[in-house]
Amino acid sequence: MTECEDRGIIKTIRCIVCPTGCLVEVRKDIGGEISFQGYTCKRGLEYAQQEHFDPKRIITTTIRVEDGIHPLLPIRSDSPLLKEKLSYAFKIIAKTKVKAPIKMGDILIKGIADENVNIIASRDMIKKKVE
Amino acid sequence: MKTYNTDVTIIGGGAAGLAAAIEVNKGGKEVLILERGIELGGILMQCIHNGFGIKEFNKELTGPEYAQKFINEVNQLNIPYKLDTIVIEITLDKKIYAVNKIEGLIEINSKTIILAMGCRERTRGAINVPGFRPAGIFTAGQAQRFVNIEGYLPGKNIVILGSGDIGMIMARRLTWEGCNVKAVVEIQPYVSGLLRNEIQCLEDYGIPLITNYSLTKIHGKNRVKGVTISKVDRNFDRIIGSDQFIECDTLLLSVGLIPENELTRIAGAEISSMGGPIVDNNLETTLEGVFACGNVLQVHDLVDLVTAESKRAGRNAIEYINKRYKKKLKGIEKIHLSAGHNINYVKPDNICLGEILGEIIINFRVKNPDRRIQINIKDETNKTLYKKKKSYVIPSEMIELKINLNNMELNPKCNGLIVEVIPQLEPLIE
Repeated sequence: MTECEDRGIIKTIRCIVCPTGCLVEVRKDIGGEISFQGYTCKRGLEYAQQEHFDPKRIITTTIRVEDGIHPLLPIRSDSPLLKEKLSYAFKIIAKTKVKAPIKMGDILIKGIADENVNIIASRDMIKKKVE
Repeated sequence: MKTYNTDVTIIGGGAAGLAAAIEVNKGGKEVLILERGIELGGILMQCIHNGFGIKEFNKELTGPEYAQKFINEVNQLNIPYKLDTIVIEITLDKKIYAVNKIEGLIEINSKTIILAMGCRERTRGAINVPGFRPAGIFTAGQAQRFVNIEGYLPGKNIVILGSGDIGMIMARRLTWEGCNVKAVVEIQPYVSGLLRNEIQCLEDYGIPLITNYSLTKIHGKNRVKGVTISKVDRNFDRIIGSDQFIECDTLLLSVGLIPENELTRIAGAEISSMGGPIVDNNLETTLEGVFACGNVLQVHDLVDLVTAESKRAGRNAIEYINKRYKKKLKGIEKIHLSAGHNINYVKPDNICLGEILGEIIINFRVKNPDRRIQINIKDETNKTLYKKKKSYVIPSEMIELKINLNNMELNPKCNGLIVEVIPQLEPLIE
């Protein structure tokens, strides 16, 4: 048994709310209760709880676009997606192709890996002029 | 040759140029933006990750979203701009010569000029690494453009030199695109970018961060075959016997940014040792009526700060045209601001006392990270006129002070002030 496990620490999370970067210890007692220690502000506790129980990330990547002035369009998810679902979402995005013209905020993929998360355009993409 | 006349010409249609143009237009003056790219937005268009706009819009936007908001406003206000147009000369009497495919050579006469050309990346030449010149060596921003806009990957197995934010963000980006990022190598003992990027870009994907190491050799003749990295001591000298070989086909360099001031030099403005033009508190360069803002003046950490600075340059350009502030003042009325202990650089370089209406903004970066420090502004007699405590300082964070010289007991004969960062003298009361 390592020293960490001995003290009931199952994970340490480095807080990113501010540059102080507090090290928050996640502990599990004998009854299975989870507690947090080492944070120095309320936002730090909220961050550690979110990061432990429900880690989420915003997706920002590109998608193939036809007829645009560029071959790729930058996109994002309109809300954070569970970390474990990211790679599945990337696979769907890689298989999708959209068509210019596109306006910033247009929904390109509805409900990606989660029905409440949509993929939206990060910018306008005007049509390429045919010469 | 076609000739244009306008109140304000803005060189560069990126974050700085767009914000300055909108401000000038709202102030009722004519403005023209000259942009060398095929679209407005500048470097923001390839920074597809989020985290922009927290100060300006109170929410996290991606780079293209941040730029699009300004582009939309420029279009709504019908602000004229020329794309695919590169400025080749600025003369002493503020004539601008530029070229584009449609009009050829053009001349622009304006009452004031705002320089907003941004910055560029340091390249391999800046870090002196021995080896051949194989394919597969890119600057991080160049690779970012290939991946995010053009749709090409720079390689498969990648080593990134430098742990600045661009380097770490590219590590995650390339991982998402299926590349194998073998390591991010940093010469300093600490990460030079934000903690948030260290966690969300490197730790999330198990990308090794190797600190206190420097690149000492690039292997391969036609294509990069690997790199040798070596541990460095406190003076950044290589420790013999600490060499490590990492096999890779691509090397990305994220080793710093320098303001792009070729045009500023051609125009005849004085450049400071940090690469940006010398400016006063009005952001006016040593050329009357020529202003500078954004990364061409100093490399910012946040685009939000570029926007704020550029709006200021726009307002000052209007003031200049309206002649509300006096021309350069001579002798003791101009105070030189210099960098003292643990300060890398300070902006502005000069303060014109006769023009002070109240608050002035001072920006600086420290040389070394430190905790529990005190920022002092002293005059030449070593008298402290301003002090502020701060719990930490890091080189990657630009510090902004808003000071009011009217509240300071300024010696009328003073012609120089020094900004310094020193350890706190008295213990912190907690």
